[in-house]
Amino acid sequence: MSNKLNQSMSLAKPDAQDLSAKQKIALAIGFTGCFILVLALFNTDFSNKSLFLTLSIALIAVGTIIFSNDAYLNTSKGIKNDGIWFKSISSKGVVGWLIGVLLTLFYIVLYFYPKYLGLTSNGESNTGLIALFDPLSDLLSSRPASQWFVYGTLYTVAILIFGYKFMLKYRNNRHEKLRTISVMFFQLAFAFLIPELMYRLNSDLPYYDLKSIWPLNYYNFERYRINQFIDAGDVGLGLLIFGIASILIITPILTYKYGKRWYCSWVCGCGALAETAGDPYRQLSDKRQIAWKIERWVVHSVLVFVVLMTTAVIYTYLGNDASKYWLTRKVFLLLVSTLLSLVFILTMIFKRKELGKDARYGAIGYFVIIITLIGLHYFSTDTKLFLFKSETLRTTYAFLIGSIFSGVIGTGFYPIFGSRVWCRFGCPMAAILGFQQRLFSKFRITTNGGQCISCGNCSTYCEMGIDVRAYAQKGENIVRSSCVGCGICSAVCPRGVLKLENGSMKGRINPTEILLGNDVNLMDLVNQK
Amino acid sequence: MEHIVIIGNGISGVTAARHIRKLSNKKITIISAESDYFFSRTALMYVYMGHMKFEHTKPYEDWFWEKNRIDLKKGFVETIDTDTKTLHFSDGEKLDYDTLIIATGSKPNKFGWKGQDLKGVQGLYSKQDLENLELYAPNNKTCKRAVIVGGGLIGIELAEMLNSRNIPVTFLVRESSFWNGVLPDGESDMINRHIKNHHIDLRLSSNLKEIISDENGKVKSIIIEETNEEINCDFVGLTAGVSPNIDFIKHSDIETNEGVLVNRFLETNIPNVYAIGDCAEQREAIGNRKSIEAVWYTGRMMGEVLAQTICGHKMTYNPGHWFNSAKFFDIEYQTYGWVHGTKGKPDYEAHVHWKHDDDTKCITIAFNKNTNQFLGINTLGIRMRHEVFDRLLTEKRDIGYVINHLSEANFDPEFYKHYEQDIQNAYKNQLQIV
Repeated sequence: MSNKLNQSMSLAKPDAQDLSAKQKIALAIGFTGCFILVLALFNTDFSNKSLFLTLSIALIAVGTIIFSNDAYLNTSKGIKNDGIWFKSISSKGVVGWLIGVLLTLFYIVLYFYPKYLGLTSNGESNTGLIALFDPLSDLLSSRPASQWFVYGTLYTVAILIFGYKFMLKYRNNRHEKLRTISVMFFQLAFAFLIPELMYRLNSDLPYYDLKSIWPLNYYNFERYRINQFIDAGDVGLGLLIFGIASILIITPILTYKYGKRWYCSWVCGCGALAETAGDPYRQLSDKRQIAWKIERWVVHSVLVFVVLMTTAVIYTYLGNDASKYWLTRKVFLLLVSTLLSLVFILTMIFKRKELGKDARYGAIGYFVIIITLIGLHYFSTDTKLFLFKSETLRTTYAFLIGSIFSGVIGTGFYPIFGSRVWCRFGCPMAAILGFQQRLFSKFRITTNGGQCISCGNCSTYCEMGIDVRAYAQKGENIVRSSCVGCGICSAVCPRGVLKLENGSMKGRINPTEILLGNDVNLMDLVNQK
Repeated sequence: MEHIVIIGNGISGVTAARHIRKLSNKKITIISAESDYFFSRTALMYVYMGHMKFEHTKPYEDWFWEKNRIDLKKGFVETIDTDTKTLHFSDGEKLDYDTLIIATGSKPNKFGWKGQDLKGVQGLYSKQDLENLELYAPNNKTCKRAVIVGGGLIGIELAEMLNSRNIPVTFLVRESSFWNGVLPDGESDMINRHIKNHHIDLRLSSNLKEIISDENGKVKSIIIEETNEEINCDFVGLTAGVSPNIDFIKHSDIETNEGVLVNRFLETNIPNVYAIGDCAEQREAIGNRKSIEAVWYTGRMMGEVLAQTICGHKMTYNPGHWFNSAKFFDIEYQTYGWVHGTKGKPDYEAHVHWKHDDDTKCITIAFNKNTNQFLGINTLGIRMRHEVFDRLLTEKRDIGYVINHLSEANFDPEFYKHYEQDIQNAYKNQLQIV
């Protein structure tokens, strides 16, 4: 099915979007690299694993680089979206669906059947694909690979090679290039190398990607990790404090100054993959108003869920005896309730008007949490919360949100729902940052007076499904909690209408009756009301 | 209940309808023969280029109209009877109105060239034009070469579109340099080079003599007036401007010239009949503006103002300082205030011109050489803030002030290189020469 307005009747193939000879060669090189991985998956016993692993990754990288160079470097600098909606891969065609299904299956195997990737139990040595990655894991942290190491390596490679492609595609745009260098750096250093090297230095430390902040990193405060942190001495304690400070201090300050983009588009690993490997799919996000409504309910429900789950998990491993340790169950619940109440009260005092109808939903969410917390205290035993175990709550969250939502749907469905499905509908971190961005941040996307021509490039290429045009054509700033500040709406605008800015809080939200350019008597307009 | 009927579902008519709905409970009907729903005409090029699907060009979802009680009617109005306040459709249907808004937009100009109605010869304005383009120029096998006649904004967009499908393009421009009736020479020259860099066969000072047909009534080639050269082609784009789309009104009592004549209240000679957008012609031009303005935002502004008038708050159409924008392949263009090309330049107007070495960015600032008052700015490849220049023009600042405050107006994305210092240096150097 072509997505064009009108299918051509010509016998010749209507789309002049064929691959060049160089691009075909590049694909052959890249797929050869992938094929080595497939062979390993089917337990081909490579005599020299280091060599074949290196070869595989090198071939994939070289293929992507040649392809990107040929696709972008032969043309002038500028927006390169020609034929996006004619290509099968980027318009939900056969290739798109094929990639979607393969990715989804990969995630299912990764999360639930790692033995098919070659993971063994009882200390036996790895087989299959995981065994192929043993030499690299050994080099970094002197231990055999796991399915997560394989995933982490492939994830990092994907961000690096597609990051390169992205930078060529947007090489006219310095903002996009810097942002991409940033996500590539954070993925390579913080998510991939540092945790492995940390393990090498101190194997007591839990695996810790420093940029992965609770609640994205929903398991950060679980009992086994807390034990590991504490057992690891000062360094461990420092990391634990950093983990708490990340969400309570660092995040609010940076989000106030720059909006949530400092995290979602410059640091976060999920964002990094979406912006690089996911870039060809950004236009597939659902722009309908109904999608926005669903988004708000789902993402905030996940946030409520993760707050309750984490509180319950911590609650169960705390004691009741204040003489042993100051942080008892009672104190902990009080702390959480106080923090939440403070946020709620401050918001209601200062931002009630801005919230409008949403304030009601916010209040509902808040009361659900508080009442549950109170209930927690009176109706729970040592292991059970209400009727079910906190462990059940934890595993349910890990399964539904941690695996199914963020992995299988979030990434597996890139070619179907667009690249930021997880960030938009599922990520509790995005919900917190978004709440702050909407209400307490200097960030906004400014629209340029009356210059908008309502073409819709901005809305089409918004990966978060924001109808940017709806604001731009009214001359209103875009202040939306979901905006990750990737800057692509501004990049693709043919009329220079959009600019990401950090400015004063005053006049940040600016509904306009009449756009700039129309010199009507504004006092008349006001008096008439 | 008063029934407001709007002919035309473009930006003008739709803006009027939306604002009337905001201000009142009147019954509103929008008539269009072109499309079921409002879409953004300016985005048609992106549909052909594969950047967007047609759905994406619709600024409002389909449920919007019913929710806001705006009736949409598909049909072609053939005649207007202003005595009985009745519209007659081509299929024989009739519709009564109390208030009529004519917002029928433009149609591409055809200057009586021989062969101008052949198959594969067309303008680029409507959804139907896009469908025909897809038919006659889907790729470079069916369309081995395309010729574009007319070096304006639509012409260069059409060149970019065809180029995106690797169709070789010959671009006939009447003027000696691209759009130099509007752009100063430095800018126009830069765009000439940019066009050629995209492998467009740009022919300056070239007029179309005739279009030659093959045996099936389809275009086969064209002949250039000046050289009598024959160029084989499968598609001819006529982009020599647009004119009001008002043929069906000519037989009515509504007074027309080139467009439907209106006063500053956008009223025609017939009570309760208004005209807005591209098809309206001001009886007296406003400031330096043309009496017919086929620009997106003027259509929108007329819609905003007329809604006020119709809802009992009579208001004149009073456009502020001139501004506009366009994009020439990869180079964005913005203009605020008046900067004239060599042709129409008043005696008192002088320019400061700066161009970057990479040949994709330049700026021209116009000022009154007697009073030093800032008159306007053209920017290519650098984004500027509308609000700032609107204010500078209102405050009647002098050129020196504007040059020193350019950084306030910069609207380029964060981390972009700034050129204010270079521009200030260029200003100082050029002043010394003067």
